[in-house]
Amino acid sequence: MGAAVAALMMTVPAMAGPADDLKLPRQKVELVAPPFVHAHEQATKSGPKIVEFKMTIREKEVVIDPAGTKFHAMTFDGSMPGPMMVLHEGDYMELTLVNAATNAMPHNIDLHSATGALGGGALTHVNPGEQVVLRWKATRPGVFVYHCAPEGMIPWHVVSGMHGTVMVLPRDGLKDAEGKALRYDKIFYIGENELYVPRDADGKYKTYETIGESYADTMEVMRKLIPTHVVFNGRVGSLTGKNALTAKVGETVMLVHSQANRDTRPHLIGGHGDYVWEAGKFNNPPQKDLETWFIRGGSAGAALYTFREPGVYAYVNHNLIEAVELGATAHIKVEGKWNDDLMKQVTPPGPIPPDKVGAADPVAVTR
Amino acid sequence: MLIMMKVKLAMLAGALAAPILATTLAPAPQPDPDGALRLTAASFSYRAAGDFSRDGRPVEGPLRKLRLPADLVVMKRQVTVAEYQRCVDDGICLRIGVAARSPDLPVVGVSWHDASAYAAWLTRKTGITHRLPTDEEWTFAAAEKARDEAMPLVDPTDPAQAWIARYEAESARDRPAAIAAQPGGTFGTNSNGLDDLAGNVWEWTNSCFIRVSLDGGQERITNTNCGVRVVQGAHRSYMTDFIRDPRSGGCAAGVPPANLGFRLVLEPSQPVALAAARTIAKLLRRS
Repeated sequence: MGAAVAALMMTVPAMAGPADDLKLPRQKVELVAPPFVHAHEQATKSGPKIVEFKMTIREKEVVIDPAGTKFHAMTFDGSMPGPMMVLHEGDYMELTLVNAATNAMPHNIDLHSATGALGGGALTHVNPGEQVVLRWKATRPGVFVYHCAPEGMIPWHVVSGMHGTVMVLPRDGLKDAEGKALRYDKIFYIGENELYVPRDADGKYKTYETIGESYADTMEVMRKLIPTHVVFNGRVGSLTGKNALTAKVGETVMLVHSQANRDTRPHLIGGHGDYVWEAGKFNNPPQKDLETWFIRGGSAGAALYTFREPGVYAYVNHNLIEAVELGATAHIKVEGKWNDDLMKQVTPPGPIPPDKVGAADPVAVTR
Repeated sequence: MLIMMKVKLAMLAGALAAPILATTLAPAPQPDPDGALRLTAASFSYRAAGDFSRDGRPVEGPLRKLRLPADLVVMKRQVTVAEYQRCVDDGICLRIGVAARSPDLPVVGVSWHDASAYAAWLTRKTGITHRLPTDEEWTFAAAEKARDEAMPLVDPTDPAQAWIARYEAESARDRPAAIAAQPGGTFGTNSNGLDDLAGNVWEWTNSCFIRVSLDGGQERITNTNCGVRVVQGAHRSYMTDFIRDPRSGGCAAGVPPANLGFRLVLEPSQPVALAAARTIAKLLRRS
């Protein structure tokens, strides 16, 4: 939670950097693992700058459910999804992409927020032990997916965890349809990811020595399009129980939801989307008062909600089979004072009272 | 005809008397051939199961000092795959989905109906009443292994506080290290000599879910739902009777029972003749 609080403070601009052709100030950002987001300004008075990020690609074995199912993940910077990178419209991102020498495969990055060269994918191929630096200009404000896109293996890398989100904020911040400024007290970043884990003849999940050995079986499951897990942030239960998110009554929370491969439909049980950029692009006015919003596969969306009642909220993919059976659930614990005006249990559960005279007793009615 | 039946009865009673007597006279706490122990009745503290309310607000169930009316004869171990299989082979119990690695493991993936069918079958087979324990009996048998998860005191006028407190208590539960059923004895023996209580197999009880009003100092059951039974283990839980594979998710938090299995209590203490007569009556009904 400390990270969430820190996320609202501004990072220190690092003015000194390598010589370049742009002659712009530079800012180096330390990334923060989801569901939190690195410190950033919601609106800025300063001019365009070059924002430096560095992500190291790590192939690693992870556990994806409470049963202890092991899975060979591919990650940007060690997390599923990769960390969110925030900058403002008109800024430049200078991304150093490192392919750790311990990895087995070449990787790259396709940033949906960037223009040209397959979103940078054609210019960022790195083998294990290599790094590449890509610069692109943020011309469209919104939340955008990024993902790995190696020729021939794109879907496998994406559903193995190589996806994340870029947020390009308008320089003067978010606004509603009337141009009124919108702000958030907290930001939570949910990356949804479906997994296709092969099973053996007894129906048990298979484990593999190396990621390469898992490839053929995994592709076979993927081609049937029926995921074994649909998770937020890399595993079943990553955002529930002891890992539940927290907020307070009166706080406005920004929920960014990213799905690089498949459609989803977030819903906040017991709450709403006060302002929702369903397609995630901030030059379009946000929709108001939504119950459920649609995130197209290969896109990110954003919702603002101000909590009005305390309690435990479930934030789910409202395909409830995917939420409850396959894992796509997060919980938000909200502290504060209960408001009886919004909701009150008038009569607690109890016996059905005996019929009053003249009530709908079928026998009495027919006679 | 009547005479014939009497003869038949006598023969059956004779055949059945031997195992019953063996069980009844077995000195406690030596396990009998069924692997059951006799626990001498003693007082114990028991947190009543169900949903309790006072003046429309949820409250904890009362903590009681109880004493079972008689000694409790209960299986030392949970029913195993091999034992359950015999009932399947007899065409009584349903074959269940979970593939066991060994016939000696506790049978898991059983619903309350499966467990009850097994108990009825074993009762018919042995002439000794076998049944699921009540929640009170389980708690007595489990002794120090029974967990009283009393919730912290919170502002009763704020529904969210109790809700968050419950969520946190459920979230704080330890997840069993191993999910798969483990060999008998893995989770230790309690002070009553019973194995694997509060391990990773939760046990069905016969107790129904009840809703109780404590208004005006009176305890009044306002609803009894026997479609939901109490299951016992590392924590107490309420489970719909046809569930075989419990899970949490959606709005629920915490650790669901990892596995559903059971152990049975025996009622050999009733007069032998009565037990035999009941068995015979049942056998005759079936034929």
